[in-house]
Amino acid sequence: MIGGLFIYNHKGEVLISRVYRDDIGCLSTPYPSWERNAVDAFRVNVIHARQQVRSPVTNIARTSFFHVKRSNIWLAAVTKQNVNAAMVFEFLYKMCDVMTAYFSKISEENIKNNFVLIYELLDEILDFGYPQNSESGALKTFITQQGIKSQVRDKDEQSQITSQVTGQIGWRREGIKYRRNELFLDVLESVNLLMSPQGQVLSAHVSGRVVMKSYLSGMPECKFGMNDKIVIDKQQGKGATSDDSAKSGKQSIAIDDCTFHQCVRLSKFDSERSISFIPPDGDYELMRYRTTKDIILPFRVIPLVREVGRTKLEVKVVIKSNFKASLLAQKIEVRIPTPLNTSGVQVICMKGKAKYKASDNAIVWKIKRMAGMKESQISAEIELLPTNEKKKWTRPPISMNFEVPFAPSGLKVRYLKVFESKLNYSDHDVIKWVRYIGRSGIYETRC
Amino acid sequence: SVNTQYFIFELKAELNSDKKEKKKEAVKKVIASMTVGKDVSALFPDVVNCMQTDNLELKKLVYLYLMNYAKSQPDMAIMAVNTFVKDCEDPNPLIRALAVRTMGCIRVDKITEYLCEPLRKCLKDEDPYVRKTAAVCVAKLHDINAQLVEDQGFLDTLKDLISDSNPMVVANAVAALSEIAESHPNSNLLDLNPQSINKLLTALNECTEWGQIFILDCLANYTPRDDRESQSICERVTPRLSHANSAVVLSAVKVLMKFMEMLPKDLDYYGTLLKKLAPPLVTLLSAEPELQYVALRNINLIVQKRPEILKHEMKVFFVKYNDPIYVKLEKLDIMIRLASQANIAQVLAELKEYATEVDVDFVRKAVRAIGRCAIKVEQSAERCVSTLLDLIQTKVNYVVQEAIVVIKDIFRKYPNKYESVIATLCENLDSLDEPEARAAMIWIVGEYAERIDNADELLESFLEGFHDESTQVQLQLLTAIVKLFLKKPTETQELVQQVLSLATQDSDNPDLRDRGYIYWRLLSTDPVAAKEVVLAEKPLISEETDLIEPTLLEELICHIGTLASVYHKPPSAFVEGSRGVQHKRIPIRSGSGESSESQDTGGAPGATEAPAAVIPSQGDLLGDLLNLDLTPPTSTAGAPPGPPMPMGGMDLLGGGLDSLVGGGGSLLTPLSLMGSGFGAPAAVMPSSLNAPVGGGLGDLFDLGGGVGMPMGTFVPPKTLWLPAMKGKGLEIMGTFARRAGVIQMEMTLTNKAMSVMTDFAIQFNRNSFGLAPAGPLQVPTPLSPNQTIDVSLPLNNGGPVMKMEPLNNLQVAVKNNIDVFYFSCQYPISMLFVEDGKMDRQVFLATWKDIPNENEAQFQINDCHLNSDAASNKLQGSNVFTIAKRTVEGQDMLYQSMKLTNGICVLTELRVQTGSPTYTVSDRHTHALWVMIPARAGV
Repeated sequence: MIGGLFIYNHKGEVLISRVYRDDIGCLSTPYPSWERNAVDAFRVNVIHARQQVRSPVTNIARTSFFHVKRSNIWLAAVTKQNVNAAMVFEFLYKMCDVMTAYFSKISEENIKNNFVLIYELLDEILDFGYPQNSESGALKTFITQQGIKSQVRDKDEQSQITSQVTGQIGWRREGIKYRRNELFLDVLESVNLLMSPQGQVLSAHVSGRVVMKSYLSGMPECKFGMNDKIVIDKQQGKGATSDDSAKSGKQSIAIDDCTFHQCVRLSKFDSERSISFIPPDGDYELMRYRTTKDIILPFRVIPLVREVGRTKLEVKVVIKSNFKASLLAQKIEVRIPTPLNTSGVQVICMKGKAKYKASDNAIVWKIKRMAGMKESQISAEIELLPTNEKKKWTRPPISMNFEVPFAPSGLKVRYLKVFESKLNYSDHDVIKWVRYIGRSGIYETRC
Repeated sequence: SVNTQYFIFELKAELNSDKKEKKKEAVKKVIASMTVGKDVSALFPDVVNCMQTDNLELKKLVYLYLMNYAKSQPDMAIMAVNTFVKDCEDPNPLIRALAVRTMGCIRVDKITEYLCEPLRKCLKDEDPYVRKTAAVCVAKLHDINAQLVEDQGFLDTLKDLISDSNPMVVANAVAALSEIAESHPNSNLLDLNPQSINKLLTALNECTEWGQIFILDCLANYTPRDDRESQSICERVTPRLSHANSAVVLSAVKVLMKFMEMLPKDLDYYGTLLKKLAPPLVTLLSAEPELQYVALRNINLIVQKRPEILKHEMKVFFVKYNDPIYVKLEKLDIMIRLASQANIAQVLAELKEYATEVDVDFVRKAVRAIGRCAIKVEQSAERCVSTLLDLIQTKVNYVVQEAIVVIKDIFRKYPNKYESVIATLCENLDSLDEPEARAAMIWIVGEYAERIDNADELLESFLEGFHDESTQVQLQLLTAIVKLFLKKPTETQELVQQVLSLATQDSDNPDLRDRGYIYWRLLSTDPVAAKEVVLAEKPLISEETDLIEPTLLEELICHIGTLASVYHKPPSAFVEGSRGVQHKRIPIRSGSGESSESQDTGGAPGATEAPAAVIPSQGDLLGDLLNLDLTPPTSTAGAPPGPPMPMGGMDLLGGGLDSLVGGGGSLLTPLSLMGSGFGAPAAVMPSSLNAPVGGGLGDLFDLGGGVGMPMGTFVPPKTLWLPAMKGKGLEIMGTFARRAGVIQMEMTLTNKAMSVMTDFAIQFNRNSFGLAPAGPLQVPTPLSPNQTIDVSLPLNNGGPVMKMEPLNNLQVAVKNNIDVFYFSCQYPISMLFVEDGKMDRQVFLATWKDIPNENEAQFQINDCHLNSDAASNKLQGSNVFTIAKRTVEGQDMLYQSMKLTNGICVLTELRVQTGSPTYTVSDRHTHALWVMIPARAGV
């Protein structure tokens, strides 16, 4: 299991150090030689290493360091055993989530200001190196930044805390009450594309998330439905009219895989493919999914690069929007990489603004809005400094960013039903909001 | 320092403050100092005093301090025990748990004793939060004192907790038991049976994500009784594949991969399960990069074990421009594993793209991947080769080198198909500076020597810096030249001779020497066999390279998700102590012989062959090269003597053989020490010369006291050069003499065979001083059985020169009507001292001064019973001339000069220490100190 956890700043100074196991150094002396050695070894070998990180797991002198970096803060979990590596990384991410939930940004200043809190959290969420309940919602009930609050508790409240921390529904406390029961559901998708210069799709997939904000009283039982092809096909099998099936069949989507928040009953999904759960209170991510079939690619990028002699490049890029004309895409940005020896760029674009950013080695073309079924074009002349470098410039792909008000996967929310048997409110009383946002993930076209 | 002391003093005051807030702030400061590595142990009593508080936050801080310093202050730590014990009874479960959690972290024996009772209570606490904490505490205590845990019966209580109503308690109990069980490999601690498994599977649905991992990892150690149980467990584990936590998913994959092995392949469920595994594995690739890396390392194993799972998922492993380098490299690996005829076009297009990226490692790997595709998918080979050629045209140095390395493998896989590209490869010869690429190129030249007109020139160009090459290149060069020689023997004898002696004489790398000797022996004893061995048809290289060895792969599959699967090493390779030493195995379906069958494909057929014969004696080592391209050597038995053999024909007679034969002390003769000053005059002499004087000059002294030696050149007695056994009945004894300025090789030939011998001829191999027969060997023939004759062969020094080891080694071939025989012998260096070696005094003095000190060597001759004058006379007979004599403090100093046939002068200072004033020969025990200075040739 995890033997110790260290947090460093970018200079390699230790901000937090918590040792759980003797094997990574004995606890006897204040800062025993090994531990300091390990602390230093990590600093020298990873933080101060000249080259970029070659592996997120580094073995130094039979000691393994798992490390992640958030802004300029390094988190390192240390062990000498054959630990579950995936678990250690998941834990480090969770640790980041918890810290973010407590003091928003993970920064050197915030860590220094909250070091007592962090030690308290580390004591709670890792015991002898075994991760324990790390849901920030539950933790916040008994680890607070105002120490005094923890004193004024009656016995009921205490056992409520412990049963929540250890309970089956560790993500939700009892007795939540809202005057207005309300639900916000966001379908957030990122569409990823790698396209060849000739317009052939090399790979494309959508990774989507269903994010919820639930403000519901009591312990509501929820059921979520979407146009999942497997579910729809099943229902059709039960004797739907041919008209219906043609209609719904068109709309259903094939989901390659999905994963759920721990509140979702996985065995029920496995057997019936229904998504039922008691939701956490407030913000959470209900599910993630991935689709690869019949993806709507909102934009098509058509690049044309011509080398004119050794000192000039001509670039022409056309973008075409490929969705309903009534919809508007926003925050469109096209990045056209330029060679390192670029000396000057002249750009002409029909729409939006384009600029050459020398620091990024790219022409950045921004368009605020663009309706569906339109196209726009940019042309640029790039002057190059003559170089004697033998190696040809390797053209990085043209990348694109955008946001569209639909789900490129074609996913539709069919229903989200809420049942609360003890309290007297019904599914109809809950106000529900659904929103679809499609964003670019890695959306690249080679040129 | 004063500052620290002041700081501590100030904190002490604050810790003892009456105000709660001030106290707390002070403890916070203490913890802050602790974090940055300051020693605040001096404050122990003051901090412990703050422990008794109802402020939970303050208590936690004090506990944190205690965990860090208790071990260094065990006596004072006892002060805290009472508070702990009291806290374990606190009405607040959070405090009870905190106390038992912290107590377990204080590794002080005295405290451990006090821990038992509170722990026992906490294990049975009404609150699950306390129980789950106590469960982990048992593991902590076990780590400190395993015996105590057993004696106190905690293990049984822990086992009971597996049936606890609270899933988190179950999960922590499983974690604790699994850890304890690891240090007791044979105990039945976990006692997994269908009932307990059922309990675990029930808890699996209810506990936290971390608990699910503990349970799944534990389940993976279970071996189901039959395929039914296996299937039912799999059914209950598969829903975990949809968990948002990647570690849960990977641990579930581990259980499934293991238990699947027990399912009959024709079962429908088996196919279903295979299909279910792919999507979650692909989903792992959209996790954060660090997790992607872990996932990819595991997928690499899974793909090797069960390629069918991901065979349609190639595209998801395409590299994204912004992937971290470690993700890119791993993806590339998996792409190659998944490459097949169906997807090869896409894969190749991708790889070509990658080969132009920035990161050098990545580009290299991409180029290598193209080669691996060619080998794996035959239909793509041609396209791969042309892609590689395109890449070579880029002239990017590391791309070219990588491409050449893989093209070598492609040649091996598809012989006689792509050799047309060799010319292009040869153009890049000069740019290769990496050993692997050089070795690959040399291999190609050697392998296709017959198609490359200037193969000998190409290889010779590598030979120049032979000793600066890495072993890999040296070995390859040796083999390549031998191949070349076997293919084009007439033009390349010198070359092969050169490489063989470089490998065997001048190298101290045992592998290289061994390979050299083996080739040599092969070439000399049986050239036809040599051809069969060296130019044998090579087994085709396998399609898959870099596969993990099957038993290791099985073990790693059992460790999916863990560090072992990331490192691709068994835990024993990186975990110290007892943990992880157990090797995990995949269960095998009863009645399935599958896995045992797959095992025996490994052993190469050649591995069991008899070990090579013991070190051969010298006769065997030398072979007939002239027969090489004709027929086996035996067929020449009755052949007429023919014209004198050309010198080159014997070139294979090598030096170095003698060291194999085991010449004992004679290997290091004094003059051989001069060797380095002779081939390269400015070379530095070895500084520590403690070798005893053996052959060379020492002989002159040894014999000095002997019986009636005629004055004149010293002639050593004849020794056996060719025993009758090796000479098919011909025995040769011989020695060397210098008579009237001519070196004579004096031999006694005895025919011990049953038939007459005729047609004698002799030849020498190249040697240090260019010795060669001045005329043909005059043997009055026929030599009848049992007849003995003495022959004397005059020698000159007009033959080809090559430095030998030892320097005075001579390799000889004698031919008669029966066969050709080879032997080597050593001539006394004094044979080479010429009569006009006496130097003018002035010249001597000047020369002495001119010769740098590093060309000086010193050694002693013991047991020489001669006075200086007698020695001087004796030496004069062997053309060692005394130029001057001085006597200093009872020491006679003789200054002498000698000149070798090749013009090298040697100047010596001979000091003879006279032990007693009376010059009684018999009593005198003389130690002589020699100083030898090899001079530049031509002096």
